[in-house]
Amino acid sequence: MTDDAIIDVVEVSKGFGSADARVIALDAVSATIRRNEFFTLLGPSGCGKTTLLRLIAGFELPDSGEIRLDGEEIGHLPPHKRPVNTVFQSYALFPHMTVAENIGFGLLMQGRPAGEIRETVGRMLTLVRMTEMADRKTNQISGGQQQRVALARALAPQPKVLLLDEPLSALDYKLRKEMQIELKRLQHETGITFIFVTHDQEEALTMSDRIAVMSNGKIRQIGTPRDIYTHPVNRFVADFIGETNFLKVRLANGVANLAGGAQVDIGAGGRDGEVTLAVRPEHVRIGPAGAPNSIAATVRNSVYFGTDSHIYMDLADGTEVVARIGTDAGGSAGPEIGAAVGLSFAAGAVQVLED
Amino acid sequence: MSAAEEKADRENARNAWALSAPALVILLLAAAGPLLIILVYSFLLPGKYGNVEWGFSFDAWRGILVTKDIFDGTYQLADAHLTIFWRSVKLSILTTVFTFVVGFPTAWFIATRSPRWRAILLFLITIPFWTNLLIRTFAINQIIRNEGLFNTLMIKLGLIDQPIVIIYTDFAVFLGMTYVYLPLMVLPLFAAIDRFDMRLLEAGYDLYASRLQVLRRIILPIVKPGIIAGSILVFIPSLGAYVTPRILGGGRNMMIGNFIELQFGQGRNWPLGAALSVTLLVVVMVALLVYVRFANRDSGHG
Repeated sequence: MTDDAIIDVVEVSKGFGSADARVIALDAVSATIRRNEFFTLLGPSGCGKTTLLRLIAGFELPDSGEIRLDGEEIGHLPPHKRPVNTVFQSYALFPHMTVAENIGFGLLMQGRPAGEIRETVGRMLTLVRMTEMADRKTNQISGGQQQRVALARALAPQPKVLLLDEPLSALDYKLRKEMQIELKRLQHETGITFIFVTHDQEEALTMSDRIAVMSNGKIRQIGTPRDIYTHPVNRFVADFIGETNFLKVRLANGVANLAGGAQVDIGAGGRDGEVTLAVRPEHVRIGPAGAPNSIAATVRNSVYFGTDSHIYMDLADGTEVVARIGTDAGGSAGPEIGAAVGLSFAAGAVQVLED
Repeated sequence: MSAAEEKADRENARNAWALSAPALVILLLAAAGPLLIILVYSFLLPGKYGNVEWGFSFDAWRGILVTKDIFDGTYQLADAHLTIFWRSVKLSILTTVFTFVVGFPTAWFIATRSPRWRAILLFLITIPFWTNLLIRTFAINQIIRNEGLFNTLMIKLGLIDQPIVIIYTDFAVFLGMTYVYLPLMVLPLFAAIDRFDMRLLEAGYDLYASRLQVLRRIILPIVKPGIIAGSILVFIPSLGAYVTPRILGGGRNMMIGNFIELQFGQGRNWPLGAALSVTLLVVVMVALLVYVRFANRDSGHG
């Protein structure tokens, strides 16, 4: 992966509806997408991720701001003049054409010679393993196959950027897993930049080079999956990506003072005052009650998941904390319900949130 | 299968025939019967005061294309008949094409409105059917005749000095048929466009197709069943139109329908009228077959 930018989104805003009932879909969003990366826009529905994708594709025009592709402003070009292609959530395959004709459509519209089209379509059919289906109509193939045709159709004109709008949401779980691997392979083999929209955090974490987490028309954090999981900058990101315990504490000189009087040294300096700490369930350690520097808690519930158990506990001030402890070889069930325990956190596992 | 079951089966079949008997009888008497009579009549001789005389003859069939010179008895191509055939076909094709050109944007517009507006607009499209065709055609007559609404208005506005002669021309017939048959084009087109997945438009634009290419390569091939249905619904009644050419075309600008009527009326040549009717039927059927064949072949490689 090289570090040069292929797409620059600069202060882009977009609203929908009439002047008196305006809904802001994107609020001065800026992002830089690098060449050849798998970039994911992640967020709950209505966060503006699909709007941002449609702005890059050209189906919507920005109210303000610029979208640059290779340094060139493309924000106001119609879609057919932009060297980007889209894989639609509904696939939007042309029902009156065969699989091969669908894949060749973009090339045909670009006015490529017939021989080149045939050759490229053949290569694309091989790439998505659909060669035997070339002459089928699109209603004669399965959902997963339609998905692959949609991918091949969008990849055939060799766009500079491929946009994918929740392309896996219509597939069942097993097929979705297969297609996730397939997508990564295709991205690797074609070397094309992928911008992928999803609301599925697991999908985002496993596939992306970098993720932009969005909510309410703003990008909340951009980073690698590891970055975003281990160092979420705010409560929204920490909550949206994986499970998180939130603890309200007073911070003084790098030491967090909990409501019950326990103190936790969080190492890295944050600003003093009331802050929120985020701790992942797998980083919560359960020890005997009254152990030094531990937080007193009572076990409320314990749920066995096979590979691990989730232990639900209440702190003295009523805050709920979840711990995830691995199942040991002996198969012990962990602390019993109602037991008094002492909690501590793994070193470096505690994150101080901005808000 | 047991004997009882077999018996029940036979009884079912008998009941099915018995139940459909009324429909079959009506079809036989009302559709096949008259057609058969017309076919038989076309091979008979004309009676002196109408009706037919029983005597086998090909005269009527020959009479479609050639006329016998009353002085020297030689046969000549019937120019007048050919003119009428040609006018009928020409006006029907023009009407079909023009109702499509006007009807397609109309249907598209309706199909892309909100459900409430769609219901209102479709209702408006069907309103003309509430009034008798004859009255509507006379209304058009009133608008386009030399002293009618259109010419009076144009002269009052000072745009023209002399009335533009529209009434009793081919153009008047074409205008009238377009007006009468437009809903028959709009409704099937609307049904087809309503089923069209608008997301395919974005897919087309995304794959470098211009607006014109999206229309030609994506929209038209997909809504083709609607185009075919609309064209058939307009072309067939146009070809046999009677009221419109009679009122707007006057006596001179006849179409096949009027010509057939003439044979059964003043012409007192029922066999010729019958032969013309059968010809019209065959022409329509051949046109349909060719059209459907052509449309099907094309849809395989949109």
